[in-house]
Amino acid sequence: MMNEPVNSRRSNVAVPSRLFWLLIPAAVLALAIVWLLQANPLQSFNNGAPPVENLTIERTILDHNGLQLLVRAGGSEPMTIAQVQVDDAYWEFEQTPQGTIARGDTAWISLPFPWVLGETHRVNFVTNTGATFEHEIAVAVPSSAVTSASLWSQAILGAFVGILPVAIGLMCYPALRGAGPGLMAFLLAMTVGLLAFLLVDTMVEALEFAERSAAMFQGSVMVMLVAVASFLVLMSIGRRHGTPTGLALATYIALGIGLHNFGEGLAIGAAFTAGAAGLGTFLVLGFTLHNITEGIGIAAPLLKTTPKLESFVGLTLLAGGPAVFGIWIGSLAYAPQWTAIALAIGAGAIAQVIVEVSALIVRSRNLGAAALLTPSTFGGLAAGTAFMYVTAMLVKI
Amino acid sequence: MLKWAQTNLNRRRLLGGGIATIGASAICTSSAPAQDTHAHHGDATPGVDAAIPAHRSAHGAMMTVGAVDNERNGFDPTAMLTDWYTGVVSELPDGRKERSFEITVEEKEIEIAPGVMFPAWTYNGRVPGPALRATEGDRLKITLKNNGSHPHSLHFHGIHSARMDGVPGAGVIDPGEEFVYEFDAKPFGCHLYHCHALPLTRHLHKGMYGLFVIDPDPARHLEYADVAQSRLLGSPENAQWQEMAMVMNAFDTNFDGENEFYACNTIAHCYAKEPIKIDRNRPVRIYLVNITEFDPINSFHLHANFFDYYDQGTTLTPTLKTVDLIMQCQAQRGILEFTFKEHEPGLYMFHAHQSEFTELGWMGMFDVSETLS
Repeated sequence: MMNEPVNSRRSNVAVPSRLFWLLIPAAVLALAIVWLLQANPLQSFNNGAPPVENLTIERTILDHNGLQLLVRAGGSEPMTIAQVQVDDAYWEFEQTPQGTIARGDTAWISLPFPWVLGETHRVNFVTNTGATFEHEIAVAVPSSAVTSASLWSQAILGAFVGILPVAIGLMCYPALRGAGPGLMAFLLAMTVGLLAFLLVDTMVEALEFAERSAAMFQGSVMVMLVAVASFLVLMSIGRRHGTPTGLALATYIALGIGLHNFGEGLAIGAAFTAGAAGLGTFLVLGFTLHNITEGIGIAAPLLKTTPKLESFVGLTLLAGGPAVFGIWIGSLAYAPQWTAIALAIGAGAIAQVIVEVSALIVRSRNLGAAALLTPSTFGGLAAGTAFMYVTAMLVKI
Repeated sequence: MLKWAQTNLNRRRLLGGGIATIGASAICTSSAPAQDTHAHHGDATPGVDAAIPAHRSAHGAMMTVGAVDNERNGFDPTAMLTDWYTGVVSELPDGRKERSFEITVEEKEIEIAPGVMFPAWTYNGRVPGPALRATEGDRLKITLKNNGSHPHSLHFHGIHSARMDGVPGAGVIDPGEEFVYEFDAKPFGCHLYHCHALPLTRHLHKGMYGLFVIDPDPARHLEYADVAQSRLLGSPENAQWQEMAMVMNAFDTNFDGENEFYACNTIAHCYAKEPIKIDRNRPVRIYLVNITEFDPINSFHLHANFFDYYDQGTTLTPTLKTVDLIMQCQAQRGILEFTFKEHEPGLYMFHAHQSEFTELGWMGMFDVSETLS
């Protein structure tokens, strides 16, 4: 800030001449490129080793035509898929587009393979250098085709895992209305606890998806950058008019949980497409139970205000609705890097809400940072994380 | 939270799932006709004839895609079947024949399946190496020249002195060097040679092996003179037979100790895409050796027919009569004799009867017809 007047004065005088100086580094770069291409001074590093190859399988579709797989090349040079094995047998395949696959490009490989329902198949891509890239279809089930029926059943699933639990949690609002400062602190701390659980869980999942994406996306770096960016953006938006409280804070909590649910929806939809998901009623109910605390968490900052009924509906849809959209999008177009990004955005949003709810706890008790260490707060934190952890046991496989 | 929706599901657990299984069986049952239509689409791919290729009638779409460039490889698996290297013959003072062979080691990228290149070590630029053929009692003089970048040798399965064994210290030569292996051709039979430089596994699976056939001398086997005569290359009796050299081999293209491609004479599915023409009125004799690395055994199964088998080819009466399947461990070999005289013309399949080998390339066809023009 201090330098601004000085800088602006100088730049007003000398913009053209300063830009002129940029020509020198640009020219040096151009010369270096030309020399590298013309003289090939790095020839001595060419030791005759074959190029480094990498192939990532981003989508798998199983239908009455057989298998279709979307592959992304990530080698040091364009790659050629010469042959394709399924379960240790060569199968004729068609590639679209044909020919070599440039670094970063994708191609569809389709095989007329008579897959067997409910069993495991291994697809093995053999490149022209003889390198192989294996992809396992853990459980072969038909990929969901886009029909109104399938969209509808996916919406119902999304409502069960996303919207219903938030709604049930928010219904506790009237019962919690008369909470004293102790219970209030407990509930807010419980919100922080469950959010902390979600933060860790979301980051771990985002990193797992990042691992499965093509190496050129630098998955883990990408997840960290996106999460931090999402956190900073939401923090700055949220604090434009001071620290958020009441309905505003509840909205941010709902947004964070909603972004998280969107990422989870993407992953669920993708699992359907990849033919890997088998859903039991018990699992869906476990998931519903697991997410009920999210509704209580959203309700906590509202206890001292008098929100309208529409606000509750809006908060429910904001927090739970994205699960439905996530499942739809995930089952239609899917690549692991998109799920990783969506989950990372959710993680950043959750981190923002953790900061804001903690700030509210500190402010409300006039104890400073010590407010976070009172028995009620501490109990709330423990209760929130413990509840999430225990109910997660119902759905972890 | 999503583990329940992702992979690592035990497939048994799927049975509890409702949504996913509905309608799946209906889709699966319709996949068979879908394949047929695909097979017709495949005909439009370059390199495939407009008519439905012969191999499709048997194996449909389970096949490697495309064709190998035999010209670039410098060898053609169909020509290789009957390409015997008999050497340069001269007469020794004692009246015996001397056969001189020249073999050069060459490092070469070869296409072992359509589009898949393999950095091979070759004898005379081909895998398998030249199929050497001599007559019992000949004096053999085989000159090996090593143009490779590693030490190599020729180790013959035959009877010879320790100095001529082609093992480290006796005939393994460094790059740029030359060595002459000298010994008498004995015993008669269907043998092989291979590189015996170390490590053996690498030198074998890189392609350093070939057939080494010694024909029996009819004069030494009077009780079975006619059989010996029929095995003697160049005799009129032998000309009645349709003889073939076949080497069962495999390639580990990603060097993980397991083979990606199996074949008879190197090129996966070569005789499936270009069936071997057989005149049904003339008997068939196959000189077969297994040199497959990494797998303990290989096998040969003939469809719709039975054959007599001469293990190692060192006898003039069959060691197995009327079989349609034989097994060979690595370096085991033998002679198969059969006829299609009583058969109707058509395509008769032959392959390893380890399904995995078959489906990874070791499968072929005999195209039996009335007479060959």
